[in-house]
Amino acid sequence: MRKIYHRIDNIAGNVIILQAQDVSYGELAAVAGTRGTSLAQVIRLEGDRVYLQVFAGSRGIPTDAQVRFLGRGMTTSFSENLLGRIFDGAGRPRDRGPEIRENPTPLGGPPVNPVRRVIPRNMVRTGIPMIDVFNTLVESQKLPIFSVAGEPYNQLLARIALQAEVDVIILGGMGLKYDDYLFFRDHLEEHGALSRAVLYVHTAADPTVEALLVPDICLAVAEQFALSGKRVLALLTDMTNFADAMKEIAITMEQIPSSRGYPGDLYSQLAARYEKAVDFDGAGSITILAVTTMPGDDVTHPVPDNTGYITEGQFYLRGGRIEPFGSLSRLKQQVNGKTRSDHRTIMNTMIQLFAAYRETLEKQAMGFRMSAWDRKLLKYGRRFESEMMDLSVNLPLEKALDLGWAILADCFAPEETGVQTALIEAYWPGEDGPGAEGSGADGSAPEELADAAAAADA
Amino acid sequence: MSENVGRVIGVNGNMLTVEFFRPVFQNEMAFAAVGEERLKAEVIRVRGRYADLQVFEDTRGLSVGDKVDFSGELLSVQLGPGLLTQVFDGLQNPLPALAERTGFFLQRGLYLDALDMNRRWAFTPEARPGDTLLAGQPLGSVPEGIFRHRIMVPFGLTGRLTLTEILPEGEYTVRERVALLTDEAGREHEALMMQTWPVKIPIRAYAERLRPQKPLSTKIRIIDTFCPVAVGGVYCTPGPFGAGKTVLQQITSRHADVDVVIICACGERAGEVVETIREFPKLSDPRTGKSLMERTCIVCNTSSMPVAAREASVYTAVTMAEYYRQMGLHVLLLADSTSRWAQALREMSGRLEEIPGEEAFPAYLESVIAAFYERGGLVRLHGGGVGSVTIGGTVSPAGGNFEEPVTQATLKVVGAFHGLSRARSDARRYPAIDPLESWSKYDPVAPREQVALGDGFLRRSAEIGQMMKVVGEEGTSMEDFVVHLKGEYLDAVYLQQDAYDPVDGATSEERQRHVFDRLQRILLTEMDFPDKGEARAFFQRLTQATRDWNRAAMDNPQFAALEERIMQMAAQVTRYA
Ligand SMILES: Nc1ncnc2c1ncn2[C@@H]1O[C@H](COP(=O)(O)OP(=O)(O)O)[C@@H](O)[C@H]1O
Ligand SMILES: [Mg+2]
Repeated sequence: MRKIYHRIDNIAGNVIILQAQDVSYGELAAVAGTRGTSLAQVIRLEGDRVYLQVFAGSRGIPTDAQVRFLGRGMTTSFSENLLGRIFDGAGRPRDRGPEIRENPTPLGGPPVNPVRRVIPRNMVRTGIPMIDVFNTLVESQKLPIFSVAGEPYNQLLARIALQAEVDVIILGGMGLKYDDYLFFRDHLEEHGALSRAVLYVHTAADPTVEALLVPDICLAVAEQFALSGKRVLALLTDMTNFADAMKEIAITMEQIPSSRGYPGDLYSQLAARYEKAVDFDGAGSITILAVTTMPGDDVTHPVPDNTGYITEGQFYLRGGRIEPFGSLSRLKQQVNGKTRSDHRTIMNTMIQLFAAYRETLEKQAMGFRMSAWDRKLLKYGRRFESEMMDLSVNLPLEKALDLGWAILADCFAPEETGVQTALIEAYWPGEDGPGAEGSGADGSAPEELADAAAAADA
Repeated sequence: MSENVGRVIGVNGNMLTVEFFRPVFQNEMAFAAVGEERLKAEVIRVRGRYADLQVFEDTRGLSVGDKVDFSGELLSVQLGPGLLTQVFDGLQNPLPALAERTGFFLQRGLYLDALDMNRRWAFTPEARPGDTLLAGQPLGSVPEGIFRHRIMVPFGLTGRLTLTEILPEGEYTVRERVALLTDEAGREHEALMMQTWPVKIPIRAYAERLRPQKPLSTKIRIIDTFCPVAVGGVYCTPGPFGAGKTVLQQITSRHADVDVVIICACGERAGEVVETIREFPKLSDPRTGKSLMERTCIVCNTSSMPVAAREASVYTAVTMAEYYRQMGLHVLLLADSTSRWAQALREMSGRLEEIPGEEAFPAYLESVIAAFYERGGLVRLHGGGVGSVTIGGTVSPAGGNFEEPVTQATLKVVGAFHGLSRARSDARRYPAIDPLESWSKYDPVAPREQVALGDGFLRRSAEIGQMMKVVGEEGTSMEDFVVHLKGEYLDAVYLQQDAYDPVDGATSEERQRHVFDRLQRILLTEMDFPDKGEARAFFQRLTQATRDWNRAAMDNPQFAALEERIMQMAAQVTRYA
């Protein structure tokens, strides 16, 4: 039986300090306050002084609170029975189902040995041209949606989750609005996906520090599923709330902030979570899609900034659309060379022309005369925005590529696009050109064309 | 081994405070015991009876009172044949061997030899008993993949040494004593096939440092022609996230004209290293015909691996680079990202509660960065021959703003600066090195006057482009408009390079000189157009033709044909006064 302590020396923020012996770093304790018992974790040892971070917050903790050390670190249970279940941020059932106690799995386990990873190779199809064509999502990728309050980022997450062909969906909510939680639950349910999902939801009403546990719980569970060969998609929303919870603790601990109050290890802390995304050599995979809301719509804010350095790209969601500039999938080249021979060219060409369109818009706004070229760009840009960027568009990749050629051909002469001659010959829609029937309504470019282009490429 | 045991009295993240009872020294290695596991740590500060240690592992489970063994040694690496083709963590543990032991995950407290202690190498002696030698001079050699790996007089010995004994030709392990040497005072010293060397101390067993002058061919046009790197030079690549720093280093590691490449993946994504680990063995090195992996060594301490080991990783990498330099080889060390290393320093400095400098980086940041880049360089070896370490480091400035401590400290010490710009990467103008911001103190592969001319066009073109935003196309003279188009053309067909095209992806020095000379002629051509629309259409056609030219191999007849076509196109619009 371990010793129980009754004297707390210091309470500040969500950290309490007491004198105790034989306590180890990272160990858990149960702290009984006036409002029930909360878990706490050792975050610093200094001689006999033990610093505990209290997950339910320090509110209502008396100086004579009972503190019992549990002799173990933080764990979460893992079992197939998790599927279809909903828990709170600390892993307690939210859905009136039974508690699950099997296989306690430590949180924040060791990193994967890089040599046991494989190169990501499978495209995740979303039906969203701004993703599939321009910034292809890849299995095992870690990728946040950069956005601001009010944008439909949670809807976008849910849509991708349903469309993606994965075995298990794990949702981690941090500071989630209750309505958004209900949206996720109902949406997954309506589309029959709840039975392959596990939800860990910390809402805006729950104690802030509990949000700290959510990514670790989700990813520990995801890792177990992946080790058993499953393809897992983890959705984490909103990682900015997670970072803010860390900031709170850092400030309480009087750590010297590196920037805007965030601790100097923000990068390492975020990376420790995002790097759990993996394609195991000989087992399953974890793909992480996250939401990072940018305070003040400022991408140089420490949270999006550090995130951008860690993740394998980002999607900017602005005005209800995925922005072509700034959005990036760093893994796209792993897969977009194998889809269709025109994929990369369409991707680059359309974006370069769209950049030119944006410049023309600026010129137009300043009242300059529009040249013939400007008028072409304006026509192009408008079609691009309504037919490619609009989030209501739902097209398989191949149709979207065909649509790309159709838009180009409608707006420009071939040489104005800068596309290499071989591909123009293979794909450019024209009167009697080979691409004629490949564009427009029926859409699909015949197989042999792709081969011809590939041959011409070589 | 000394029996110097201390006790943990504090744990704060990866920092331990340890009470000690017998002398310890700064940067001494120690092992903290937690259950059966022994966690490697390094003394980073001593105050009275207490030492602060940074632990190279997760510290969970450590308690006050736990035992700490001080090793009496500095953090060191093993140097010998078999380093190439390996993948190490920041402390030089071989990752493939770790994977064999522990599977998918890295287990803390497990440390393995960097070199294979059982493998036998075919040793050929090259020095003879009676020879007088200096530290770093060859005793013999063993074949290591693509070249002969020199076995050298231990770097730590001083003065003139007389060789008294040396092993005959034969197969030996790295632990074998290959030679005995006597120093000027008559003391005897052993030389093993392998050496160990403390990572934070530069290897200086050479005659002198030379000024880097010869361009290092990276096959990247914007670098070699506009902001070149020299063999033995040091350079940096700052840029906001996603601008292309890592891709640029990956391309460089493939194509650079050097003997050995050491890749230090320091605190960034594991996935990026995996690409190298998996792809390099399949790619052939045009210089040797062997796989690229044979000239490569990877040090990999990615972002979720322990932070203190990240700090060590750049030193581990540069020490191995210096080792190969001692053999008269040209080594390229690519570190991605030095900012993560600086952040590791910052994290530690914060735990030590040192007075913070700007953005909470420690006040000694600048000198630490300078000392690291100083380890690059071209050297003349004792007994002739030269070797070099070229260092390229990426910098990841917060918010993409170069006015931050790590970028600024780095710019002070490097010879070339490749600044990546968000505007260029957004516009998919890869590689996104900003030609106007970037600079180099080294010599380019093309004649300087030609480069200056190209540079002039780029600058004027950018200015005119800015002006056009204010006065519009109609307010721009035809002459200026054409200059603008010429600059854009040079950008499109020369600065931009398709990394994924087998031909365009790597442009030899010879080809760069040839192509740049032709482009220079086009830039200098006075051109006449009926109107601006025609001018733009002409340059669009010219760009397309030149890009096709970029994709044609130089020995392919198409190359000459396209060149002729391009020059004809230019001739057709030439103004004849
Ligand atoms: N030279 C290039 N050619 C084509 N695409 C590139 C190039 N450089 C970068 N990219 C694109 O940009 C992405 C980000 O590049 P990366 O080097 O990972 O950025 P950073 O290291 O600066 O964060 C890549 O995944 C790739 O899609
Ligand atoms: Mg990078």
